[in-house]
Amino acid sequence: MLKVNKLNVKYGVISAVRDISLEVKKGDIVTLIGANGAGKTSTLNAIVNVVKKSGYVEFDGVDISKKATHEIIQKGLSLVPEGRKIFINLTVDENLKMGAFNNIENFEKLRTHVYDKFPRLKQKINQMGGTLSGGEQQMLAIGRALMGNPKMLMLDEPSLGLAPKIIGEVFEIITELKKDMPILLIEQNAFAALKISDYGYVLENGSITLEDKAQNLLGNDEVRAKYLGG
Amino acid sequence: MTLQIFLQQLVNGASLGSMYALIAIGYTMVYGVLRLINFAHGDIMMVGAFLTYFALEASMPFELSVLVGIAGAIIIGILTDKIAYKPLRSAPKISLLITAIGISFFLENLFTVLFGSTPKPFHAPEYLTKIFQIHGIYLPISVIIIPIVTVAILAGVLWILFKTKQGIAIRALAFDIETVKLMGVNADKIIMIVFAMGSALAALGGVFYAISYPSIDPLMGIIVGLKAFAAAVLGGIGSVTGAVLGGFILGFTEIFVVAMFPDLGGYKDAFAFFFLILVLLFKPTGLMGQDLERGRF
Ligand SMILES: Nc1ncnc2c1ncn2[C@@H]1O[C@H](COP(=O)(O)OP(=O)(O)OP(=O)(O)O)[C@@H](O)[C@H]1O
Ligand SMILES: [Mg+2]
Repeated sequence: MLKVNKLNVKYGVISAVRDISLEVKKGDIVTLIGANGAGKTSTLNAIVNVVKKSGYVEFDGVDISKKATHEIIQKGLSLVPEGRKIFINLTVDENLKMGAFNNIENFEKLRTHVYDKFPRLKQKINQMGGTLSGGEQQMLAIGRALMGNPKMLMLDEPSLGLAPKIIGEVFEIITELKKDMPILLIEQNAFAALKISDYGYVLENGSITLEDKAQNLLGNDEVRAKYLGG
Repeated sequence: MTLQIFLQQLVNGASLGSMYALIAIGYTMVYGVLRLINFAHGDIMMVGAFLTYFALEASMPFELSVLVGIAGAIIIGILTDKIAYKPLRSAPKISLLITAIGISFFLENLFTVLFGSTPKPFHAPEYLTKIFQIHGIYLPISVIIIPIVTVAILAGVLWILFKTKQGIAIRALAFDIETVKLMGVNADKIIMIVFAMGSALAALGGVFYAISYPSIDPLMGIIVGLKAFAAAVLGGIGSVTGAVLGGFILGFTEIFVVAMFPDLGGYKDAFAFFFLILVLLFKPTGLMGQDLERGRF
């Protein structure tokens, strides 16, 4: 579904991502784990051209390396960004409308689907995005991405800053979503992420140092020591 | 001051305020999406007034001439964005500001070179300039029509901002351009809509100015633009309702200062800015403005 080949991102002289290659197959959840500053966010942002990059990216059989961000999203590759980036000055409903910008004729249908998945949002339709709790904002961020009817989803630290109970909910939702679309997931919470994943990549200082089936990574001593708390 | 004169000045103030309000909306909307104080905006108003004037001279009917002025202003407004501002989207904001000042000088000088600096008389149709009287109040009809048109337009702008997907995207842009792109939205297209809307309203403001004064010149946009900008800041830059409120407050202040203290008439512009400073001392974000990161528009 998604193929990335020799991806590089530089911020001035700093090289944040170096020659990364990865692949997400249909029906899979793939996790990218790595310490703070390893280059995870930069990788996702580079795939959708939010940051400048070099390298080749193919999505759904099409070369999207040079496409504008909004064109990539329109092709069905959606990114739920780090920090959720809810439009705090728009209501919940308007946030969903933004997500459905190119599908506005199906708005009602898509919204029903999202509210079924996130019943808690339904009670907050007219509340400003900025007044939602962290967990609700994460639900809204995922819901907003689903409003675009994507073929694949990329999630950047969806559990960041959430209470353990809510984190559990978020992971359940991600597992649910797997039935509908492949997912590329970034998580600090490496253990929980690998448990629901099919495949994983370990990122260190901008390079991939290890990749394997998620199951194998969970059993890998080095990974356990570094990312799974021993 | 008799009641008649008071009412007369009230209507005059509303009319002048309308003009500021129409121009202020463009300042505030462009600021909302680009964080740019578009110093060329007053000159877009001048362009609108000039093109209307030329259309009238070519003996087009008044309403059609106004449409020509509006269309021309929209084109110039969009072109400024495409040619001058768009290449600077990721440049420091100060570069954008300097560019805006450059565009302003360019338009003023271009029109001076092409059409001369002598003011040109603006002939509005008789149905607008005709004086009528009720209860001893004498007013040209335009003074009544201008505020009514302005309020109707404000309602239209708010409808666009809150009820259409493009309008919601304009408000979303005030939060963050990258996130808007992540929604699959072509942000440049939305910014183009903002420039088109702002320029159209400015052109209309320019026509109202030309009807009221009734002459136009290439530098007419400077002081009016500055005052409309003051109105936008007074109302809380980023807020459309605030811009309209600020415009009306400035219009009323100016008219009443002249009416009540004729000796101070020469200082009427100074009063406008004095009032602005006073409000900002007590409410730095302007009347309707809030925390810069929240409740825009
Ligand atoms: N806009 C930027 N300008 C300059 N340097 C940047 C920028 N964004 C990220 N970096 C640097 O690039 C490196 C990788 O950052 P990135 O955000 O991709 O890491 P990450 O793996 O997502 O980290 P985290 O787990 O903290 O989110 C870091 O050293 C960071 O300081
Ligand atoms: Mg990150």
